[in-house]
Amino acid sequence: MANKHFLEIKDLSIHYKTDSGLVKAVNNLSLNLDKGESLGLVGETGAGKTTTALGIMNLIPDPPGIIASGEIFLEGENILMLNRQEMRKLRGNKISMVFQDPMTSLNPVMSVGKQIAESIQIHEKLSKVEAEKRAVDVLEMVGIPGERFNEYPHQFSGGMRQRVVIAIALACKPDLLIADEPTTALDVTIQAQVLDLISNLKREQNTSMILITHDLGVVAEVCEKVAIMYAGELVEYGTLDDIYNHTKHPYSIGLFASIPNIYSEEKRLTLIPGLMPDPTDLPEGCSFCSRCNRAVEQCKVHNPALVETDPGHFVRCIHYEEGGAL
Amino acid sequence: MASLLEVRHLKKYFQTPSGTLHAVDDVNFAIESGETLGVVGESGCGKSTLGRTIVHLLAPTSGQIIFDGKDISSPSKKELKQLRKEMQMVFQDPFSSLNPRMTVKSIIQEAMEIHKLYGGDRRRQEQEVFKLMDTVGLAKRLADSYPHELDGGRRQRIGIARALALEPRFIVCDEPVSALDVSVQAQILNLMQDLQEEKDLTYIFITHDLSVVKHISDNICVMYLGKIVEQCSTDKLFEKQYHPYAQALLSAIPIPKVGIQRKRILLKGEITSPIDPKPCCRFVARCPHAISLCSEEEPKLLEVEEGRFVACHLQKIGRAVELTVPDADVVIINQ
Ligand SMILES: Nc1ncnc2c1ncn2[C@@H]1O[C@H](COP(=O)(O)OP(=O)(O)OP(=O)(O)O)[C@@H](O)[C@H]1O
Ligand SMILES: Nc1ncnc2c1ncn2[C@@H]1O[C@H](COP(=O)(O)OP(=O)(O)OP(=O)(O)O)[C@@H](O)[C@H]1O
Ligand SMILES: [Mg+2]
Ligand SMILES: [Mg+2]
Repeated sequence: MANKHFLEIKDLSIHYKTDSGLVKAVNNLSLNLDKGESLGLVGETGAGKTTTALGIMNLIPDPPGIIASGEIFLEGENILMLNRQEMRKLRGNKISMVFQDPMTSLNPVMSVGKQIAESIQIHEKLSKVEAEKRAVDVLEMVGIPGERFNEYPHQFSGGMRQRVVIAIALACKPDLLIADEPTTALDVTIQAQVLDLISNLKREQNTSMILITHDLGVVAEVCEKVAIMYAGELVEYGTLDDIYNHTKHPYSIGLFASIPNIYSEEKRLTLIPGLMPDPTDLPEGCSFCSRCNRAVEQCKVHNPALVETDPGHFVRCIHYEEGGAL
Repeated sequence: MASLLEVRHLKKYFQTPSGTLHAVDDVNFAIESGETLGVVGESGCGKSTLGRTIVHLLAPTSGQIIFDGKDISSPSKKELKQLRKEMQMVFQDPFSSLNPRMTVKSIIQEAMEIHKLYGGDRRRQEQEVFKLMDTVGLAKRLADSYPHELDGGRRQRIGIARALALEPRFIVCDEPVSALDVSVQAQILNLMQDLQEEKDLTYIFITHDLSVVKHISDNICVMYLGKIVEQCSTDKLFEKQYHPYAQALLSAIPIPKVGIQRKRILLKGEITSPIDPKPCCRFVARCPHAISLCSEEEPKLLEVEEGRFVACHLQKIGRAVELTVPDADVVIINQ
């Protein structure tokens, strides 16, 4: 099969088997990413963003997770077919992930400096002393004084841990960087520095990136493409300009409206009424329809397809389907 | 009116392999009942430590904490138990702050049991748990779920319900919404404001999101390496900032728009360590306006105009009002 893109996700569905039912976390998701391209992945909490990322890393916890359908091609190779050892090699060299919870990837009983030095040694043939010297530089690069090399993760603040994890991921110089909420615990000045580091990596190594974030301001700064997820599905996808200036899906419109505006004085925030449907019990039709101000009768029974409304701009909503709503 | 909470010369130091770390270093402020104080500042500047020290999850190194007119700096065991009922905390990390082996219901009920609320009647407590779940928007069917089965938004709602279980008057909210998408964030923020009005709650609200802090706070403290560097009402701070760090911070806010251009102050220079800091301005190494005095003496937090406190030597020589940053320290962001 010919693959045109660096990363191709085809028809991916991931479910979790739990006592309270089958959680349909990701449903028939298809997505492409080119070399050097950055995609912002945005969506409701629980929409399946982390699950999608774990799928690409082939790290879905099993049990309870199962990949119910789909293929993920990285440079033409279906990575879901790789065995454990091949996958580990890929994760070490080609793909790095910054996890949403920094403590999952830090060893609590090893000093922060040692952990960075070790991961540098995996990728570069350096002596222990050289690697430790590099680790000090790496720490300072993310704004942590080198003299804190010998401290342990629990002695660091939340944002400092997050920076350590980012530093490790960047030190690996991956082809694909998946960053799950990498800057939520950082103040905006440090965030700007970290985003700058990521942009440098992109420029120098032509790294592709999937950036999962709630911060639409950050996406506007570093991404070229944006994908918006809702209840395990892609509901809108396009360039920055498509998504920010020509927003189409009612959920995306609601999302932009709920951001507190730094320039205005509103006392109450606008919000999308209601909650995301229970992923163990997704509705038959459009999963957003119960909260949608444009919903029509048909939405309850018909789940719209993702249609291309302008070149490269995709929307999943009945109002944009051929024939549209009556 | 007397303040509900006042901290005076509060310090919290940690011993580390390379020396004494000044996490919170001589912090002073007061909060009126029913008010929200926003705390912002660089990651690692001591915000969480400040919050934890105030609610006595950490013992202060020195200084005073006065709550409702009483000095609670070194409470007895009995006083501490009483304090737990009055002061609560919602934690930064919705992943590790919830016990993974406890169900949602037992997490919320735990404190009620410890404090023998509702006469220790478990049935009554259970009813209250369901009421609380309803208040924070958690469906009843989730009562027997475990935290790892839930998404970040629902986990943060558990944290809020748990904090409310003892009907406190004062809550330290440490990044309560940073794990949430903006629409759920809006729901939680509106919920917290409703609860504040309904129950006359007082909040300290720690966050990196300046648009959130602007929305929710009456007053704001900007911290840098253990110290408050600027403190005033929210409106004043967003109108203009006097401390160079506060200026850099506000210039770095990411704006969710495409096709705009703006200026951002870049902070360069070495990062100062909070371990055994020298007695000088802690921002001096990165400050685009530093003068020699800044490396010689530590600036005090002084009232520079009515209701605005700033710790910066430039104030004294009258240079701070309109700081213009040299071109080399500014980047133009095109997005
Ligand atoms: N290990 C698991 N067992 C059971 N259900 C799970 C598990 N991990 C995730 N889920 C469920 O799968 C759905 C998708 O979760 P996921 O963590 O991918 O969401 P997300 O978009 O990353 O959300 P957030 O923005 O809150 O991080 C949620 O309903 C979640 O409760
Ligand atoms: N238990 C501890 N032992 C040693 N040092 C600690 C401990 N807890 C915190 N620190 C240090 O105290 C300083 C302040 O940490 P704190 O967690 O209060 O920062 P913060 O402002 O909340 O940061 P963030 O925004 O990243 O959450 C940091 O330098 C941190 O490394
Ligand atoms: Mg997630
Ligand atoms: Mg913190």
